Amino acid sequence: MRYAETGYNLEIDLTRKNIEKVATDPRDTELYLGGLGTSAKVLWDRVTPEIKPFSEENLLIFSAGLLCGTPAVGCNRTIVSTISPQTELMAYSMMGGFFAPELKYAGYDKVIIRGKSKKLVYLWIHNDKVEIRDASHLKGKGTVETAELIKKEINDPKAHVAAIGLAGENKVYYASVEQGRSSASRGGIGAVMGDKGLKAIVVRGKKDINIARPGEYIELCDEVLNYIKFREENPIQGVPPILAGLGSPQEMKIHDEKWHTENFTWGNARERRKDFWTEEVAAKWSESMDKVQTRLLSCYNCPMQCGASINVPGISTYMMKCYSKLTYTMAAFSDLDFGFKIVQRATEYGVDGFTTPQVMAFALELYEAGILTDKDMPGMPSDSEGRFYWLLDKIVNREGIGDILANGTYWAAKKIGNGAQAYAHNNIKKHEQLPLKLGMLHPLYFVMYCTGEKMNITQIEGNFPQSPFATQEDKEAFVKDWFQVPDDKFKQYLLDWEMRGEKSIPNYPTPQMTSEIVDWQERMHYIDDSLGMCAGLSSFPLKPPYHMHNYPKFISAATGMDMDEDKLTQAARRNRTLIRAFNIRRGMSRKDEKPPEDHWRKRFPELEKELLDTYYAFRGWNEDGVPTKEYLHELDMDYVSQDLEQRGLLK
Amino acid sequence: MKKVKTIKVDIDKCNGCRACEMICSAFHATPKYSSNNPEKSKIRVLFDPIKDIYVPVYAGGYTEAECNGWDIYTIDGKEYDECAFCRASCPSRDLFTDPDSGLPLQCDMCLDDPPQDEPLCVKWCHADALTYEEREEEGEEAKKKPDEMEVGLQSLVKNHGAKKVMESLAKLKQEKD
Ligand code: SF4
Ligand code: SF4
Ligand code: SF4
Repeated sequence: MRYAETGYNLEIDLTRKNIEKVATDPRDTELYLGGLGTSAKVLWDRVTPEIKPFSEENLLIFSAGLLCGTPAVGCNRTIVSTISPQTELMAYSMMGGFFAPELKYAGYDKVIIRGKSKKLVYLWIHNDKVEIRDASHLKGKGTVETAELIKKEINDPKAHVAAIGLAGENKVYYASVEQGRSSASRGGIGAVMGDKGLKAIVVRGKKDINIARPGEYIELCDEVLNYIKFREENPIQGVPPILAGLGSPQEMKIHDEKWHTENFTWGNARERRKDFWTEEVAAKWSESMDKVQTRLLSCYNCPMQCGASINVPGISTYMMKCYSKLTYTMAAFSDLDFGFKIVQRATEYGVDGFTTPQVMAFALELYEAGILTDKDMPGMPSDSEGRFYWLLDKIVNREGIGDILANGTYWAAKKIGNGAQAYAHNNIKKHEQLPLKLGMLHPLYFVMYCTGEKMNITQIEGNFPQSPFATQEDKEAFVKDWFQVPDDKFKQYLLDWEMRGEKSIPNYPTPQMTSEIVDWQERMHYIDDSLGMCAGLSSFPLKPPYHMHNYPKFISAATGMDMDEDKLTQAARRNRTLIRAFNIRRGMSRKDEKPPEDHWRKRFPELEKELLDTYYAFRGWNEDGVPTKEYLHELDMDYVSQDLEQRGLLK
Repeated sequence: MKKVKTIKVDIDKCNGCRACEMICSAFHATPKYSSNNPEKSKIRVLFDPIKDIYVPVYAGGYTEAECNGWDIYTIDGKEYDECAFCRASCPSRDLFTDPDSGLPLQCDMCLDDPPQDEPLCVKWCHADALTYEEREEEGEEAKKKPDEMEVGLQSLVKNHGAKKVMESLAKLKQEKD
């Protein structure tokens, strides 16, 4: 018997309409854990660099994490991976909700999709029965609408549906996959799903998930639950409310948006409004929230309630999570009433809540600058809100200028020319970033922005505070019960870190310390993404319930494998390195590893070079950012170095 | 005096996390917590997110007859069909039927030796949608509830007759030996 995992993948060939249930190799679990790790291995083995995002051979993998479906609190992530049409590198995006546990209960760890269907279809997985069904009647339907229609059609209200909307069908490069209160949004995964002619995957399962050492396991779960309760009663002191608690950023509970609205930029990642949050705004925004929120919602087996159902009079109900509440509002210089309304349409269309508003704000800047003209924008309304709706419709339908904008700011700017490139200023590796523009270079964030394979800072940063505490007392109070640190030296780094002077950014933490801290944060993310754990209870917040010390115990008790901190660290580094090698093989190199030029006002070329050099060396990579032969050998990945050598990428 | 155990359900507080389903099925696995499967849980959350309907319902055991008709209740402007609140494992739906054995499920208040402080579903419901109450009442201590196997066998006997069930059991045993 396999424990925690089911030991089976579903292989679906949409061209041949072939369905196969394939047993997996338990040794892969030991090496790569599961979820993102084992998916990356499949992609490495089967998706060679010649394969384009929209090739038949490109794979689209929906994977549950290793511990999804077990009693581990908050372990419910579906990791979706493929080649991104936008970056042409690996895209992986995690969605919460209910899909992954349901897939496990149906008896599968992954659904691996290849080929393309000529007609629009959906996949219906119920235990051993798997069907490819006609979806032509769902063409053009919204994601929420599609889920409702399918559940009626199969007569199973307990099924979970991951669907694309019109954006995915039309291969918008930032189309998402939506699933109830969650979505896999980054990297244009929905476009690949649309290209494959797959409207939705529907899953319902009624089988057991087994635990190897149940007594031990449930005790660990109880500890996590208790710690969550403890943290609810004891928020972290000395940080803004958004950083004080656990969970995904508590956007549905927190009414005080001073931090986001004044620190993040508005419009096309341009303007900081440092005095925005007045009492008047606070009152109005609170009212907007209370008016439309009907209920706070959690993902499977998690008490944190990070999502909410949103009910704006006159438009249909949808579920919101996290930060999309503000992205449209701020890109359009508007207010929350507008934000809540437009997200409903964006959710039905299925588009990424970070990239989409930025693309629209970018288009409006080009229009103000005269690079796009009335000829490009026929019939566009004159008010900001109206323009956002107009642009959204054009993009999703790939109509007129929308067809160009649908490829994201990088590709659109290239196509538009005429100086447009300067307006696509907030990208890393062709991918739109959080709208943040800051003063002084931050060494940790510099390294994470440059080198993160996820190309999305919220999926890289985490357990180490973003900035030093103001007073020695605050620092000491913070490190006192900071048992999550993998090594006590991190406490000292924090204690010594100052707001000003010698031991402040950009020179402190030093490049060596920076490498160590980034390594810790990355490790946590790669473990989460392999286990299927929500980052909101682990790699993302300060002092999380899951950490390097209890994770090995969780994995051992659940799977029966013999895991310890060193082995787990190796596995995380293996996964990190495999994805790096995959991207290197697809042409990524050191020259791509840079933050948006205007991310920090104060830059330090020499220090930046030293930071990258140090991190690369620490990581076991050469100065081009390619994993070395020795390091790959240490990680049992000689097959990777052989491949890279053959391709002349490693000497 | 007898002890009355009650679980109060506040559907306004339910966030739809289904931790209650998960933990009930894990607690009742043999050995305890060795597996979990919400389909085997004795509490199910009936949900319809778009209508904002979340109803945790406890399994009340087997009933032979299905209803002749269903009523619709409107509460707070939301329409619930009567089935939404019904605890029965009945022939008209697959709710509260063990997917492996086909036997009906019934909540046993986490009967355990030594007794748990509170039922497991209550313990794992951090939203306080489920709360537990114990009070003393005049009257005899209720006689011990039949265990799961007995409940299941009773329903088989009702459906197929005692003789048929005995024969089948004997046959199974022979095959096993
Ligand atoms: S912490 Fe929030 S986002 Fe994460 S699993 Fe729980 S409810 Fe979902
Ligand atoms: S554990 Fe509580 S909040 Fe979660 S689904 Fe069950 S009743 Fe609702
Ligand atoms: S009281 Fe115990 S048996 Fe009944 S539903 Fe809750 S967990 Fe299950």
